[in-house]
Amino acid sequence: MSAPTATPAPAAAPAPAPAAAAPRRRRRISPTGAAATVSALVLAVLWLLPLVWALLTSFKPEAETTAVPIRWLPIEPTVEAYRQVIARGDIQQWLLNSTVISTLVTVLTLVLCALAAYAFSRTSFRGRNALLLLFIAGIMVPPQVLIVPLFDQMRLLGMVDTYWGVALPQVVAPVMIFILKRFFDAIPHDYLEAAHLDGAGHLRVLVSVVLPMSGPILAAVGIFTFVQAWNNFLWPFVATTDPALMTVPVGLGTVQGAYGIQYAQQMAAAVLGAAPLIAVFMLFQRQIVKGVTDAGLK
Amino acid sequence: MTAPPTAGQASRSDPHGTSATGSPPRRARSRADLAGPALALPFALLFAVFLLWPLGAGLWTSFTDRSLTGAAPSFVGLDNWAEMAADPMVWRSLWTTLLFTLMTTPPLVAVALLMAVLTQRAVRVGWFLRFSFFSPFLLPVAVVSLIWVWIYQPGFGMLNGVLTGAGLPEVNWLGDEGTVLLAIAGTTVWWTVGFNYLLYLAALQGIPGQVYEAASLDGAGAWQRFRRITLPLLNRTTAIVVLLQMVASLKLFDQAYLMTNGSGGPDYAARPIIGYIFDSGFTNLRIGYSSAISYLFFAVIIAVSVLQFWLFTRKENTA
Repeated sequence: MSAPTATPAPAAAPAPAPAAAAPRRRRRISPTGAAATVSALVLAVLWLLPLVWALLTSFKPEAETTAVPIRWLPIEPTVEAYRQVIARGDIQQWLLNSTVISTLVTVLTLVLCALAAYAFSRTSFRGRNALLLLFIAGIMVPPQVLIVPLFDQMRLLGMVDTYWGVALPQVVAPVMIFILKRFFDAIPHDYLEAAHLDGAGHLRVLVSVVLPMSGPILAAVGIFTFVQAWNNFLWPFVATTDPALMTVPVGLGTVQGAYGIQYAQQMAAAVLGAAPLIAVFMLFQRQIVKGVTDAGLK
Repeated sequence: MTAPPTAGQASRSDPHGTSATGSPPRRARSRADLAGPALALPFALLFAVFLLWPLGAGLWTSFTDRSLTGAAPSFVGLDNWAEMAADPMVWRSLWTTLLFTLMTTPPLVAVALLMAVLTQRAVRVGWFLRFSFFSPFLLPVAVVSLIWVWIYQPGFGMLNGVLTGAGLPEVNWLGDEGTVLLAIAGTTVWWTVGFNYLLYLAALQGIPGQVYEAASLDGAGAWQRFRRITLPLLNRTTAIVVLLQMVASLKLFDQAYLMTNGSGGPDYAARPIIGYIFDSGFTNLRIGYSSAISYLFFAVIIAVSVLQFWLFTRKENTA
């Protein structure tokens, strides 16, 4: 199995800015409003505390990490832990693997589910409803149930420790077909009719009429799929034994021991593993919130 | 603007370039007859290979003594199922999973709702709140585990540091049979509440502001508006959130495995049913037995989903 060459176009296709949710008009800050703001801020700071603690730890010299009583701020801040982790090289490899696999999963999911959703939405064929029902039933199967037989099967197919072996089972997410189908169903007939009259076949109509009208929903499905693939642990953990093919969650999970009791290094690795999605989230908060909500609500 | 990923596929030849000029949908039938299956085929293929096949193979394997060691398997009938019924570790781990679900579902729903209501009121700091409440959800589970094992650390961990700083006794969170599952539940609430929070936030934004203004004019206080307006209008969302959350909690494995270094915790106090499936299959190499337990777990998930679906639809009908 050859590694896929750099796959273009990451998932987070910029969605057109969603119509701004009309903010509730409030002429003055009421006492309860102020109280709500204050308690919200307190809760938010509390919620960030673990991340802040990890970040602060990562900038401490190892000796400082185990001080009793605990100190929040590093006395002599240093990036030594980061230097050590990066010099080891694992994390860069895992980040690359995660990027390749998540991109592969996302692109394949979008392509295959869009094709299937169009078939269910806009064509008719014998057995269509039965097939749809079968896919619906597939939603009920938790992936965890399949782990053991799937691993057995992958050995048979010789796909253990390959990018494809990790990625392909994650593409089977029938729920995405329904999300897309429901969206396609809502596109007025006239648009497609006009294209058909111009002599366009189904694939052509899908690519040049339906998909361009489906930007937001494709972005939602893409974002949701990418985040899930990026953070998926159990299957990639089972399907890879070679550290060179591990994703971020698997690599960090299995070599936890490699950093030993070097807490600053552990936290530095954690920060590096967390950084990409957090950074993307800071940049595209609105789109991601919308994507997760749209796709998550089914 | 939109969806370039599929564009590359356009070159995959389009076999039906024929025009349906002026013909009623009927005439286009035979052409469409081929197009539909062709478009659904790629997904159906993966569905068959990576879902139906392992699902069937797993069921078959559960009637054999198949092992990862490669020894030739033989048919053993219901042996695995009988052994499972009598295996206390099966029921112990299933109970652990249920306990975890009971521990996590209420806070994951209530805290998410609280966060969403607060965010709705505190408009000016919305960006910061969304970031703070949701960003843990974007962390890979291994990162979450690394951070929380470090926080729970006896001696110099943050939580025990805060406890002893306040004059309270130290707790060996992950090392004590009585607290290990609670500690993992706490981590899970922190990690995943953001998802439910977003669902509530979206639902709250759908409630028109005039409803509240009218209630305000009638002299309803903040708490009353919440009780009498917000909560009832969120009924549907709450039902969905509870359903998704319970199924998600029943699938506990990743964080429990990582935070206990794969040991299941002291005396297996934090080994969920999926953990036992994993151990039977990949540690004891007994795929047959492990498949039988997988199917037990599958049955539990289906039962819970059906029960909830039934409750949910019944509620809607009477409403």
